[in-house]
Amino acid sequence: MALRSRRIDITEQSRPVLARHAKLKFDESRQAWVILVPEKVLAPDEIAVEILQLCDGVRNVDQIIDVLAAKYAADRAMIGADVIAMLRDLADKGFLAEAQDTKP
Amino acid sequence: MSPTLTDASGAHADPTDGLSVLEQRKSQAATFGIPLAVLAELTHRCPLQCPYCSNPLELERNNAELTTGEWKRVLSELAEIGVLQIHFSGGEPTARKDLAELIRHATDVGLYTNLITSAVLLTKEKLIALVDAGLCHIQISFQGSEQGIADRVAGLKDAHAKKIEAAGWARELGLPLTVNAVMHRQNLSQLPDIIQMAVDLDADRLEVANVQYYGWALKNRAALMPTMEQIEQTSGIVEEAEGRLKGILAIDYVVPDYYALRPKKCMGGWGRQFFNISPSGKILPCHAAETITGLVFESVRDHPIAWIWQNSEAFNRYRGTGWMPQPCQSCEFREVDYGGCRCQAFALTGNAANTDPACALSPLHEQIFKTATIESAGDTRLFIYRNFAGGTLETDVHGT
Repeated sequence: MALRSRRIDITEQSRPVLARHAKLKFDESRQAWVILVPEKVLAPDEIAVEILQLCDGVRNVDQIIDVLAAKYAADRAMIGADVIAMLRDLADKGFLAEAQDTKP
Repeated sequence: MSPTLTDASGAHADPTDGLSVLEQRKSQAATFGIPLAVLAELTHRCPLQCPYCSNPLELERNNAELTTGEWKRVLSELAEIGVLQIHFSGGEPTARKDLAELIRHATDVGLYTNLITSAVLLTKEKLIALVDAGLCHIQISFQGSEQGIADRVAGLKDAHAKKIEAAGWARELGLPLTVNAVMHRQNLSQLPDIIQMAVDLDADRLEVANVQYYGWALKNRAALMPTMEQIEQTSGIVEEAEGRLKGILAIDYVVPDYYALRPKKCMGGWGRQFFNISPSGKILPCHAAETITGLVFESVRDHPIAWIWQNSEAFNRYRGTGWMPQPCQSCEFREVDYGGCRCQAFALTGNAANTDPACALSPLHEQIFKTATIESAGDTRLFIYRNFAGGTLETDVHGT
Protein backbone atom coordinates (compact mmCIF):
# COMPACT_ATOMS: atom_id res chain seq x y z
CA MET A 1 0.00 0.00 0.00
CA ALA A 2 1.06 3.60 -0.45
CA LEU A 3 2.51 5.22 2.60
CA ARG A 4 0.74 8.41 3.36
CA SER A 5 1.60 11.17 5.72
CA ARG A 6 -1.04 13.32 7.31
CA ARG A 7 1.49 15.98 8.25
CA ILE A 8 0.54 19.30 6.68
CA ASP A 9 2.95 21.38 4.65
CA ILE A 10 3.69 24.94 5.79
CA THR A 11 3.85 27.76 3.24
CA GLU A 12 3.30 31.50 3.60
CA GLN A 13 -0.32 30.91 2.64
CA SER A 14 -0.98 28.25 5.29
CA ARG A 15 -3.27 29.07 8.18
CA PRO A 16 -1.94 26.63 10.77
CA VAL A 17 -3.52 26.06 14.15
CA LEU A 18 -2.50 23.65 16.88
CA ALA A 19 -4.15 20.25 16.44
CA ARG A 20 -6.75 19.18 19.00
CA HIS A 21 -4.20 16.94 20.67
CA ALA A 22 -1.54 19.67 21.02
CA LYS A 23 -2.35 22.07 23.82
CA LEU A 24 -0.48 25.29 24.49
CA LYS A 25 -0.85 26.10 28.14
CA PHE A 26 0.70 28.30 30.80
CA ASP A 27 1.81 26.02 33.61
CA GLU A 28 1.02 28.05 36.72
CA SER A 29 2.98 25.83 39.07
CA ARG A 30 6.20 26.14 37.06
CA GLN A 31 5.48 29.64 35.71
CA ALA A 32 6.33 28.43 32.21
CA TRP A 33 4.57 27.87 28.91
CA VAL A 34 4.26 24.26 27.79
CA ILE A 35 2.86 22.40 24.81
CA LEU A 36 1.15 19.18 25.83
CA VAL A 37 1.23 16.43 23.20
CA PRO A 38 0.75 12.65 23.39
CA GLU A 39 2.91 11.31 26.23
CA LYS A 40 5.24 14.32 26.03
CA VAL A 41 5.64 17.88 27.22
CA LEU A 42 7.40 20.47 25.08
CA ALA A 43 8.87 23.65 26.53
CA PRO A 44 8.55 26.46 23.95
CA ASP A 45 10.59 29.62 24.39
CA GLU A 46 8.91 33.06 24.47
CA ILE A 47 9.07 33.64 20.75
CA ALA A 48 7.72 30.19 19.94
CA VAL A 49 4.81 30.95 22.27
CA GLU A 50 4.21 34.27 20.55
CA ILE A 51 4.15 32.62 17.12
CA LEU A 52 1.71 29.96 18.29
CA GLN A 53 -0.56 32.58 19.83
CA LEU A 54 -0.66 34.31 16.46
CA CYS A 55 -1.77 31.03 14.85
CA ASP A 56 -5.42 31.84 15.46
CA GLY A 57 -6.88 30.20 12.39
CA VAL A 58 -7.50 33.62 10.81
CA ARG A 59 -3.98 34.87 10.05
CA ASN A 60 -1.91 33.05 7.50
CA VAL A 61 1.84 32.54 7.93
CA ASP A 62 2.57 35.58 5.75
CA GLN A 63 0.54 37.82 8.08
CA ILE A 64 2.10 36.28 11.16
CA ILE A 65 5.55 37.15 9.82
CA ASP A 66 4.36 40.72 9.12
CA VAL A 67 3.21 41.14 12.71
CA LEU A 68 6.50 39.90 14.14
CA ALA A 69 8.67 41.85 11.67
CA ALA A 70 6.83 45.06 12.60
CA LYS A 71 6.95 44.37 16.33
CA TYR A 72 10.65 43.57 16.44
CA ALA A 73 11.62 45.95 13.61
CA ALA A 74 13.70 43.09 12.26
CA ASP A 75 14.62 41.72 8.88
CA ARG A 76 11.49 40.14 7.42
CA ALA A 77 13.28 37.43 5.47
CA MET A 78 15.17 36.27 8.52
CA ILE A 79 12.10 36.24 10.77
CA GLY A 80 10.13 34.51 8.04
CA ALA A 81 12.66 31.72 7.75
CA ASP A 82 12.64 31.18 11.52
CA VAL A 83 8.86 31.17 11.78
CA ILE A 84 8.44 28.71 8.93
CA ALA A 85 11.17 26.44 10.30
CA MET A 86 9.52 26.29 13.69
CA LEU A 87 6.04 25.67 12.29
CA ARG A 88 7.39 22.97 9.94
CA ASP A 89 9.03 21.27 12.90
CA LEU A 90 5.68 21.15 14.71
CA ALA A 91 3.81 20.15 11.56
CA ASP A 92 6.24 17.30 10.88
CA LYS A 93 5.44 15.94 14.32
CA GLY A 94 1.73 16.05 13.52
CA PHE A 95 0.89 18.83 15.99
CA LEU A 96 -0.50 21.39 13.50
CA ALA A 97 -3.61 21.36 11.37
CA GLU A 98 -4.80 23.67 8.59
CA ALA A 99 -7.45 26.06 9.89
CA GLN A 100 -9.96 25.08 7.19
CA ASP A 101 -9.50 21.42 8.13
CA THR A 102 -10.68 22.07 11.63
CA LYS A 103 -13.69 24.21 10.87
CA PRO A 104 -16.93 22.87 9.44
CA MET B 1 15.06 35.36 17.39
CA SER B 2 15.15 31.67 16.36
CA PRO B 3 12.28 30.19 18.36
CA THR B 4 13.03 26.88 19.99
CA LEU B 5 10.94 24.01 21.25
CA THR B 6 12.69 21.89 23.81
CA ASP B 7 11.51 18.42 24.57
CA ALA B 8 10.74 18.44 28.27
CA SER B 9 9.84 14.77 28.19
CA GLY B 10 7.17 13.71 30.62
CA ALA B 11 6.37 10.33 29.19
CA HIS B 12 6.86 7.53 31.65
CA ALA B 13 10.23 5.84 31.32
CA ASP B 14 11.27 8.22 28.57
CA PRO B 15 15.04 7.83 28.31
CA THR B 16 15.56 11.46 27.38
CA ASP B 17 15.73 13.60 30.45
CA GLY B 18 14.31 16.93 29.42
CA LEU B 19 12.66 17.48 32.77
CA SER B 20 15.72 19.48 33.76
CA VAL B 21 14.68 22.06 31.19
CA LEU B 22 11.59 22.88 33.20
CA GLU B 23 13.29 22.31 36.53
CA GLN B 24 15.74 25.11 35.78
CA ARG B 25 12.94 27.62 35.90
CA LYS B 26 12.81 27.57 39.67
CA SER B 27 9.13 27.26 40.37
CA GLN B 28 7.25 25.66 43.20
CA ALA B 29 6.61 22.42 41.34
CA ALA B 30 10.23 22.36 40.24
CA THR B 31 11.45 22.77 43.82
CA PHE B 32 9.62 19.61 44.73
CA GLY B 33 10.36 18.03 41.36
CA ILE B 34 6.72 17.18 40.81
CA PRO B 35 6.49 14.86 37.78
CA LEU B 36 5.08 16.15 34.53
CA ALA B 37 3.14 12.94 33.97
CA VAL B 38 1.54 10.38 36.24
CA LEU B 39 0.18 6.91 35.57
CA ALA B 40 -3.21 6.16 37.11
CA GLU B 41 -4.01 2.46 37.28
CA LEU B 42 -7.77 2.75 37.64
CA THR B 43 -8.35 -0.95 38.17
CA HIS B 44 -6.56 -4.29 38.05
CA ARG B 45 -9.59 -5.92 36.44
CA CYS B 46 -8.90 -6.92 32.83
CA PRO B 47 -10.51 -9.22 30.27
CA LEU B 48 -7.04 -10.13 28.98
CA GLN B 49 -4.67 -12.53 30.73
CA CYS B 50 -1.29 -11.61 29.21
CA PRO B 51 1.50 -13.65 30.79
CA TYR B 52 3.82 -10.61 31.01
CA CYS B 53 1.33 -8.24 32.65
CA SER B 54 3.07 -5.42 34.51
CA ASN B 55 0.55 -5.51 37.36
CA PRO B 56 1.68 -7.15 40.60
CA LEU B 57 1.07 -10.88 41.17
CA GLU B 58 -1.10 -9.83 44.11
CA LEU B 59 -3.82 -7.98 42.20
CA GLU B 60 -5.97 -5.43 43.98
CA ARG B 61 -9.63 -6.35 44.21
CA ASN B 62 -12.63 -4.47 42.89
CA ASN B 63 -13.83 -3.42 46.35
CA ALA B 64 -10.48 -1.82 47.22
CA GLU B 65 -10.56 0.54 44.21
CA LEU B 66 -10.82 4.29 44.72
CA THR B 67 -14.35 5.56 44.17
CA THR B 68 -15.28 8.02 41.44
CA GLY B 69 -15.28 10.80 44.01
CA GLU B 70 -11.85 9.82 45.32
CA TRP B 71 -10.35 9.68 41.81
CA LYS B 72 -11.79 13.12 41.03
CA ARG B 73 -10.22 14.54 44.16
CA VAL B 74 -6.90 12.90 43.20
CA LEU B 75 -7.05 14.37 39.68
CA SER B 76 -7.73 17.86 41.05
CA GLU B 77 -4.87 17.48 43.49
CA LEU B 78 -2.49 16.31 40.75
CA ALA B 79 -3.30 19.34 38.60
CA GLU B 80 -2.88 21.63 41.57
CA ILE B 81 0.62 20.42 42.47
CA GLY B 82 1.88 20.72 38.88
CA VAL B 83 1.24 17.41 37.12
CA LEU B 84 0.42 18.12 33.46
CA GLN B 85 -0.48 14.76 31.97
CA ILE B 86 -2.40 11.76 33.19
CA HIS B 87 -2.13 8.27 31.70
CA PHE B 88 -5.25 6.28 32.48
CA SER B 89 -4.19 2.67 32.63
CA GLY B 90 -4.96 -0.55 34.46
CA GLY B 91 -5.69 -3.48 34.34
CA GLU B 92 -8.14 -2.37 31.75
CA PRO B 93 -9.20 1.24 32.45
CA THR B 94 -12.32 0.95 30.28
CA ALA B 95 -13.58 -1.66 32.75
CA ARG B 96 -14.34 1.34 35.00
CA LYS B 97 -17.85 2.53 34.21
CA ASP B 98 -16.88 6.07 35.26
CA LEU B 99 -13.97 6.45 32.80
CA ALA B 100 -15.67 9.15 30.69
CA GLU B 101 -16.54 11.04 33.87
CA LEU B 102 -12.93 10.85 35.07
CA ILE B 103 -11.58 11.99 31.68
CA ARG B 104 -14.04 14.88 31.75
CA HIS B 105 -12.90 15.87 35.22
CA ALA B 106 -9.22 15.57 34.30
CA THR B 107 -9.84 17.80 31.27
CA ASP B 108 -11.77 20.32 33.39
CA VAL B 109 -8.88 20.67 35.84
CA GLY B 110 -6.42 21.11 32.95
CA LEU B 111 -4.78 17.67 32.70
CA TYR B 112 -3.83 16.25 29.30
CA THR B 113 -5.35 12.78 29.06
CA ASN B 114 -3.85 9.63 27.55
CA LEU B 115 -5.67 6.30 27.57
CA ILE B 116 -3.61 3.10 27.72
CA THR B 117 -5.97 0.29 26.82
CA SER B 118 -6.37 -3.19 25.36
CA ALA B 119 -9.41 -1.72 23.55
CA VAL B 120 -11.40 -4.97 23.64
CA LEU B 121 -14.19 -3.50 25.77
CA LEU B 122 -14.60 -0.41 23.58
CA THR B 123 -17.50 0.25 21.26
CA LYS B 124 -17.56 3.15 18.84
CA GLU B 125 -20.16 4.91 21.01
CA LYS B 126 -18.01 4.51 24.13
CA LEU B 127 -14.97 5.89 22.34
CA ILE B 128 -16.96 8.89 21.07
CA ALA B 129 -18.01 9.58 24.66
CA LEU B 130 -14.36 9.50 25.79
CA VAL B 131 -13.30 11.87 23.00
CA ASP B 132 -16.19 14.20 23.85
CA ALA B 133 -15.00 14.13 27.45
CA GLY B 134 -11.63 15.47 26.27
CA LEU B 135 -9.47 12.40 25.61
CA CYS B 136 -6.35 13.53 23.69
CA HIS B 137 -4.52 10.32 22.80
CA ILE B 138 -5.02 6.57 22.82
CA GLN B 139 -2.46 3.80 23.16
CA ILE B 140 -3.67 0.35 22.18
CA SER B 141 -1.75 -2.81 23.05
CA PHE B 142 -1.31 -5.53 20.44
CA GLN B 143 -0.07 -9.04 21.21
CA GLY B 144 0.92 -9.97 17.64
CA SER B 145 0.22 -9.17 13.99
CA GLU B 146 -2.48 -11.81 13.51
CA GLN B 147 -5.09 -13.46 15.68
CA GLY B 148 -3.33 -16.82 16.15
CA ILE B 149 -0.55 -15.76 18.48
CA ALA B 150 -2.25 -12.50 19.53
CA ASP B 151 -5.40 -14.12 20.91
CA ARG B 152 -3.35 -16.88 22.52
CA VAL B 153 -1.07 -14.42 24.37
CA ALA B 154 -4.07 -12.32 25.42
CA GLY B 155 -5.91 -15.44 26.51
CA LEU B 156 -9.04 -14.04 24.89
CA LYS B 157 -10.75 -15.17 21.71
CA ASP B 158 -11.27 -12.46 19.04
CA ALA B 159 -9.25 -9.92 21.02
CA HIS B 160 -7.03 -9.08 18.03
CA ALA B 161 -9.95 -8.38 15.68
CA LYS B 162 -11.55 -6.10 18.26
CA LYS B 163 -8.33 -4.14 18.69
CA ILE B 164 -8.00 -3.61 14.93
CA GLU B 165 -11.57 -2.36 14.81
CA ALA B 166 -11.10 0.00 17.78
CA ALA B 167 -7.89 1.42 16.30
CA GLY B 168 -9.89 2.24 13.16
CA TRP B 169 -12.49 4.13 15.21
CA ALA B 170 -9.75 6.07 16.98
CA ARG B 171 -8.30 7.31 13.70
CA GLU B 172 -11.77 7.99 12.28
CA LEU B 173 -12.35 10.26 15.28
CA GLY B 174 -8.99 11.98 14.72
CA LEU B 175 -7.45 10.62 17.90
CA PRO B 176 -3.65 10.21 17.73
CA LEU B 177 -2.83 6.52 18.04
CA THR B 178 0.11 4.71 19.60
CA VAL B 179 0.42 1.00 18.96
CA ASN B 180 2.11 -0.79 21.84
CA ALA B 181 3.56 -4.18 20.98
CA VAL B 182 5.14 -6.22 23.75
CA MET B 183 7.69 -8.56 22.20
CA HIS B 184 9.06 -11.93 23.31
CA ARG B 185 10.38 -15.19 21.86
CA GLN B 186 6.96 -16.39 20.68
CA ASN B 187 5.98 -13.29 18.66
CA LEU B 188 9.27 -11.63 17.64
CA SER B 189 9.12 -13.27 14.21
CA GLN B 190 6.02 -11.13 13.54
CA LEU B 191 7.77 -7.80 14.12
CA PRO B 192 7.96 -6.77 10.42
CA ASP B 193 4.23 -7.48 10.12
CA ILE B 194 3.50 -5.57 13.33
CA ILE B 195 5.34 -2.54 11.97
CA GLN B 196 3.31 -2.77 8.75
CA MET B 197 0.13 -3.20 10.82
CA ALA B 198 0.90 0.03 12.70
CA VAL B 199 1.37 1.85 9.36
CA ASP B 200 -1.87 0.38 8.00
CA LEU B 201 -3.70 1.46 11.17
CA ASP B 202 -2.39 5.00 10.56
CA ALA B 203 -0.70 5.07 13.97
CA ASP B 204 1.53 7.98 14.92
CA ARG B 205 3.85 5.95 17.06
CA LEU B 206 4.80 2.34 17.66
CA GLU B 207 6.31 1.11 20.88
CA VAL B 208 8.30 -2.06 20.35
CA ALA B 209 8.80 -3.08 23.94
CA ASN B 210 10.68 -6.21 24.84
CA VAL B 211 9.20 -7.85 27.91
CA GLN B 212 10.74 -6.74 31.19
CA TYR B 213 10.96 -9.53 33.68
CA TYR B 214 9.25 -8.74 36.96
CA GLY B 215 6.04 -10.11 38.45
CA TRP B 216 4.00 -12.06 35.91
CA ALA B 217 6.70 -11.90 33.26
CA LEU B 218 9.27 -13.33 35.66
CA LYS B 219 6.89 -16.22 36.31
CA ASN B 220 6.72 -16.76 32.54
CA ARG B 221 10.31 -15.97 31.72
CA ALA B 222 11.19 -19.37 30.28
CA ALA B 223 8.28 -19.15 27.81
CA LEU B 224 9.04 -15.55 26.82
CA MET B 225 12.81 -15.00 26.80
CA PRO B 226 14.02 -14.19 23.27
CA THR B 227 17.16 -15.69 21.80
CA MET B 228 20.25 -13.59 21.17
CA GLU B 229 19.75 -14.16 17.42
CA GLN B 230 16.21 -12.78 17.65
CA ILE B 231 17.44 -9.66 19.43
CA GLU B 232 20.16 -9.05 16.85
CA GLN B 233 17.61 -9.38 14.06
CA THR B 234 15.14 -7.16 15.89
CA SER B 235 17.58 -4.28 16.19
CA GLY B 236 18.19 -4.45 12.44
CA ILE B 237 14.48 -4.58 11.64
CA VAL B 238 13.70 -1.61 13.87
CA GLU B 239 16.58 0.43 12.48
CA GLU B 240 15.56 -0.22 8.88
CA ALA B 241 11.91 0.66 9.62
CA GLU B 242 12.84 3.86 11.46
CA GLY B 243 14.69 5.10 8.40
CA ARG B 244 12.02 4.02 5.93
CA LEU B 245 9.09 5.41 7.95
CA LYS B 246 10.55 8.73 9.04
CA GLY B 247 7.72 11.29 9.24
CA ILE B 248 5.11 8.53 9.00
CA LEU B 249 5.56 6.36 12.06
CA ALA B 250 7.75 7.11 15.07
CA ILE B 251 9.19 3.95 16.63
CA ASP B 252 10.31 3.64 20.23
CA TYR B 253 12.34 0.54 20.92
CA VAL B 254 12.87 -0.94 24.38
CA VAL B 255 15.75 -3.45 24.44
CA PRO B 256 15.62 -6.49 26.70
CA ASP B 257 17.67 -6.02 29.87
CA TYR B 258 19.16 -9.49 29.99
CA TYR B 259 21.07 -8.92 26.77
CA ALA B 260 22.05 -5.30 27.48
CA LEU B 261 25.47 -4.06 28.58
CA ARG B 262 24.31 -0.91 30.32
CA PRO B 263 21.22 -0.85 32.54
CA LYS B 264 18.24 1.30 31.60
CA LYS B 265 17.60 4.55 33.44
CA CYS B 266 14.51 3.00 34.92
CA MET B 267 11.66 5.50 35.39
CA GLY B 268 14.24 8.26 34.83
CA GLY B 269 15.61 7.42 38.27
CA TRP B 270 13.68 6.18 41.31
CA GLY B 271 11.36 8.89 42.68
CA ARG B 272 12.85 11.41 40.31
CA GLN B 273 10.30 12.19 37.62
CA PHE B 274 7.47 9.71 37.82
CA PHE B 275 4.94 8.07 40.06
CA ASN B 276 2.15 5.65 39.67
CA ILE B 277 -1.19 5.46 41.52
CA SER B 278 -2.51 1.95 42.18
CA PRO B 279 -6.25 1.17 41.97
CA SER B 280 -6.58 1.49 45.75
CA GLY B 281 -4.67 4.78 45.82
CA LYS B 282 -1.15 3.72 46.74
CA ILE B 283 1.56 6.03 45.36
CA LEU B 284 4.36 3.95 43.83
CA PRO B 285 7.70 4.93 42.24
CA CYS B 286 6.88 2.57 39.33
CA HIS B 287 4.18 0.06 38.49
CA ALA B 288 6.37 -2.86 39.57
CA ALA B 289 7.62 -1.35 42.84
CA GLU B 290 5.40 -3.57 44.98
CA THR B 291 7.41 -6.60 43.86
CA ILE B 292 10.08 -5.29 46.27
CA THR B 293 9.09 -6.63 49.67
CA GLY B 294 9.71 -4.58 52.78
CA LEU B 295 8.77 -1.21 51.32
CA VAL B 296 5.70 0.59 52.65
CA PHE B 297 3.71 2.69 50.20
CA GLU B 298 1.42 5.46 51.38
CA SER B 299 -2.08 6.01 50.06
CA VAL B 300 -3.85 9.09 48.70
CA ARG B 301 -6.54 8.16 51.21
CA ASP B 302 -4.21 9.04 54.11
CA HIS B 303 -1.89 11.83 52.93
CA PRO B 304 -1.66 14.69 50.44
CA ILE B 305 0.06 13.50 47.24
CA ALA B 306 2.81 16.15 47.40
CA TRP B 307 3.56 15.07 50.98
CA ILE B 308 3.94 11.45 49.91
CA TRP B 309 6.17 12.44 46.98
CA GLN B 310 8.52 14.31 49.30
CA ASN B 311 8.37 12.26 52.49
CA SER B 312 7.62 8.66 51.63
CA GLU B 313 10.39 6.50 53.02
CA ALA B 314 9.98 4.15 50.06
CA PHE B 315 10.61 7.01 47.62
CA ASN B 316 13.50 8.47 49.57
CA ARG B 317 15.30 5.18 50.10
CA TYR B 318 16.62 4.92 46.52
CA ARG B 319 16.49 8.57 45.50
CA GLY B 320 19.60 10.20 44.07
CA THR B 321 22.94 8.42 44.45
CA GLY B 322 23.62 8.35 48.21
CA TRP B 323 22.14 4.85 48.70
CA MET B 324 24.33 3.27 46.05
CA PRO B 325 26.75 0.45 46.80
CA GLN B 326 29.86 -0.22 44.74
CA PRO B 327 30.39 -0.49 41.81
CA CYS B 328 27.64 2.16 41.34
CA GLN B 329 28.88 4.63 43.97
CA SER B 330 32.11 5.48 42.18
CA CYS B 331 30.79 4.83 38.65
CA GLU B 332 30.94 7.66 36.15
CA PHE B 333 27.49 6.63 34.88
CA ARG B 334 25.77 6.84 38.28
CA GLU B 335 23.73 9.87 37.27
CA VAL B 336 23.24 8.58 33.74
CA ASP B 337 21.32 5.45 34.70
CA TYR B 338 20.86 5.85 38.48
CA GLY B 339 21.96 2.27 38.97
CA GLY B 340 19.31 0.80 36.66
CA CYS B 341 16.17 -0.84 37.93
CA ARG B 342 15.48 -1.47 41.64
CA CYS B 343 12.78 -4.05 40.92
CA GLN B 344 15.11 -6.05 38.70
CA ALA B 345 17.91 -5.85 41.27
CA PHE B 346 15.49 -7.21 43.87
CA ALA B 347 14.06 -9.91 41.59
CA LEU B 348 17.49 -11.22 40.61
CA THR B 349 19.63 -10.60 43.70
CA GLY B 350 17.12 -10.40 46.56
CA ASN B 351 18.34 -6.91 47.45
CA ALA B 352 16.88 -3.85 45.72
CA ALA B 353 19.96 -1.81 46.66
CA ASN B 354 22.30 -3.96 44.59
CA THR B 355 23.51 -2.95 41.15
CA ASP B 356 20.99 -3.95 38.49
CA PRO B 357 22.42 -7.18 37.00
CA ALA B 358 21.58 -5.78 33.55
CA CYS B 359 24.76 -3.73 34.02
CA ALA B 360 27.95 -5.34 32.73
CA LEU B 361 29.67 -4.12 35.91
CA SER B 362 27.38 -6.19 38.14
CA PRO B 363 29.01 -9.38 39.42
CA LEU B 364 25.80 -11.16 38.39
CA HIS B 365 25.75 -9.92 34.81
CA GLU B 366 27.36 -13.02 33.30
CA GLN B 367 24.91 -15.17 35.17
CA ILE B 368 21.75 -13.50 33.86
CA PHE B 369 23.15 -13.58 30.35
CA LYS B 370 23.61 -17.32 30.80
CA THR B 371 20.10 -17.68 32.21
CA ALA B 372 18.70 -15.87 29.19
CA THR B 373 20.67 -18.03 26.78
CA ILE B 374 19.59 -21.27 28.43
CA GLU B 375 15.92 -20.34 28.88
CA SER B 376 15.57 -18.97 25.37
CA ALA B 377 16.89 -22.27 23.96
CA GLY B 378 14.51 -24.32 26.10
CA ASP B 379 11.19 -25.77 24.98
CA THR B 380 8.89 -24.12 27.53
CA ARG B 381 6.02 -22.84 25.48
CA LEU B 382 2.89 -22.77 27.63
CA PHE B 383 2.00 -19.57 29.47
CA ILE B 384 0.86 -19.06 33.01
CA TYR B 385 -2.03 -16.68 32.45
CA ARG B 386 -2.45 -13.63 34.63
CA ASN B 387 -5.59 -13.69 36.77
CA PHE B 388 -6.92 -13.02 40.26
CA ALA B 389 -6.45 -16.70 41.14
CA GLY B 390 -2.67 -16.33 41.11
CA GLY B 391 -2.20 -17.63 37.57
CA THR B 392 -3.50 -20.53 35.48
CA LEU B 393 -1.36 -22.72 33.24
CA GLU B 394 -2.38 -22.63 29.60
CA THR B 395 -4.14 -25.76 28.33
CA ASP B 396 -1.94 -27.53 25.84
CA VAL B 397 -4.23 -27.74 22.83
CA HIS B 398 -1.50 -27.83 20.22
CA GLY B 399 0.55 -30.55 21.86
CA THR B 400 4.11 -29.48 22.43
